[in-house]
Amino acid sequence: MLRYIAMRGLLAVLVAFTVSLATFFLLNVATDPAQAIAGEDAPPEVVESIRTRYGLDRPLPVRYADWLGGVVTGDFGESYYWHKPVAALVADRADKTITLALSALAVTILIAIPLGALAALNPNSWIDRFALGVAVSAQAVPNFWLGLIVIILFAVTIPIFPVSGDDSWRHYVLPAFVLGASSVPAVMRLTRTGLIEVMSADYIRTARAKGFRGWQLLRRHALRNALLPVISVLAVQLGQKFGGSVITESIFAINGLGRLALESILGADIPTVQMLIFVFAIVFVAMNLLADILNAALDPRIRIG
Amino acid sequence: MSDTEITFAIVEADSEPEALTPGQVFRRRMASHTGFLIGAGLIAVIALVAIFAPLLAPHDPFQQSLSTRMLPPVWSEGGTWDHLLGTDQNGRDYLSRLIYGTRVSITIGLGAATIGLLIGVTLGVLAGYFGGWIDHMVSFLLTAQLALPGLLLAMALVFIIGPSIWVVIGIIGVLHWTYYLVVTRSATQRIRSLDFVAAATASGAGPRQIIWHEVLPNLASQIIVIFTFELGIAILAEASLSFLGVGIQPPTPSWGLMIAEGKQAMFYRPWLVVLPGICLFLLVIGANLMGDGLRDVTTPEGRNG
Repeated sequence: MLRYIAMRGLLAVLVAFTVSLATFFLLNVATDPAQAIAGEDAPPEVVESIRTRYGLDRPLPVRYADWLGGVVTGDFGESYYWHKPVAALVADRADKTITLALSALAVTILIAIPLGALAALNPNSWIDRFALGVAVSAQAVPNFWLGLIVIILFAVTIPIFPVSGDDSWRHYVLPAFVLGASSVPAVMRLTRTGLIEVMSADYIRTARAKGFRGWQLLRRHALRNALLPVISVLAVQLGQKFGGSVITESIFAINGLGRLALESILGADIPTVQMLIFVFAIVFVAMNLLADILNAALDPRIRIG
Repeated sequence: MSDTEITFAIVEADSEPEALTPGQVFRRRMASHTGFLIGAGLIAVIALVAIFAPLLAPHDPFQQSLSTRMLPPVWSEGGTWDHLLGTDQNGRDYLSRLIYGTRVSITIGLGAATIGLLIGVTLGVLAGYFGGWIDHMVSFLLTAQLALPGLLLAMALVFIIGPSIWVVIGIIGVLHWTYYLVVTRSATQRIRSLDFVAAATASGAGPRQIIWHEVLPNLASQIIVIFTFELGIAILAEASLSFLGVGIQPPTPSWGLMIAEGKQAMFYRPWLVVLPGICLFLLVIGANLMGDGLRDVTTPEGRNG
């Protein structure tokens, strides 16, 4: 078990390193950061002075080594746009995105798992068809559009939740619904297939023969096994919620990391963009690692095999 | 699935009326699959609209007119038959812009899904066929790619490189190859162990010949299924980028961009936001239903998945 976790952990570190390398080179080779900071119409001498001031005249590998050295000590450089340490900017705003991502995951779980379970227990019934319809539609709805429609509805027609800002828990209800909705199809389908498979297993037949029925059968025997794969998908989905916060936060005016990402891209603030991509990737990698460990702990076949 | 194959199936059926050829079975299954028929119908209609846009559009989609700004659709009060779906903030005919928008979405969908196909299938076949360190390298690349926040990276790259339709296609394509890779890798591993590959090897065929003549033809149906799904994913990715201002630029009629432009006035003129969203939804759900249908028809055991 420990050996398994150590191997997974090593892989996670390698992935994080590769991602940082790829991001750094992509962002710095595809463009001239000095030109991006100065603006497109800036005279060449201004661009040159910015280049020397920010150390952008040094070779790329040196700049990467410098950046990586800083990252290890928690120093992600200074923002070109806000003129503050990037790490402080991100730390200031992280709590809002974490709140949003976790509440979105809660929405996903509350909708997807009951719906998937109901569909699995009544295959080919109207509820099964309804669940499939929800999954197919949710997959095709553009998330930003769903956000705007929700705003139009709740701002004018049913004004029970605020549609803009991040001051209270009530502000997170609608954004969490919109961000959470995007994960419903995957989680719902997986719950449904997993449960259908489990319900036809021999040990469920045995439990039925012993007199277990309905909710008791589901809770004590079926769900535990059916939800194993769902746990790892949920962890992956939580990791994706951070990347997905870009759209939701900008629509609902939540001052978190997603909005910071959009603002720093439009402000050509490469150190901030770099750190955010790195942080989102780390969160994703960490969530995957967590899922691997959870699965190994719950399912002995994985850690032995 | 091509015309020749279908004709071939009919000719064979005439000479031997009792037995059903694989082509015939395939066609019958498609004809009785409701989801596939709806999806294919939607895609066919939208493709025709894109091809014949100049004939169908009642007005020039770029023609601005200050005197006819923000006219409502014909069914609302103040709407006119001249502008069936009203006009936007620059007085441009909304129906004509929606019609031309099909071209942007379909071009980007086809282009990006093709680039992803080339990258993913190449890596998947190489990893599946050769195994060993190539497989390890490709798997690592896959893990790293999955960890990257795709939307954020795409936004940053489009912004730095400069937004044009070709840049958007290239970047979305380069970031969407993992699904092709995962499926073709395991399918290639399976095909490689089959008898006809052993027979080809025994008769002196090299890896290149086996990959082109034995492996790829057997992957075709799975690749087409993924291509159909990726079409929808790429279309939504373009719409999100354009909505955030780092995709297709004005005055090109892109549905995502039209939603962004309509956002300012969405409380008073909701149709500016609602209509392009419905178009996106229909196109993407069409692609998804077609993909689901093709998967069911080509791999009957994969149903309910």
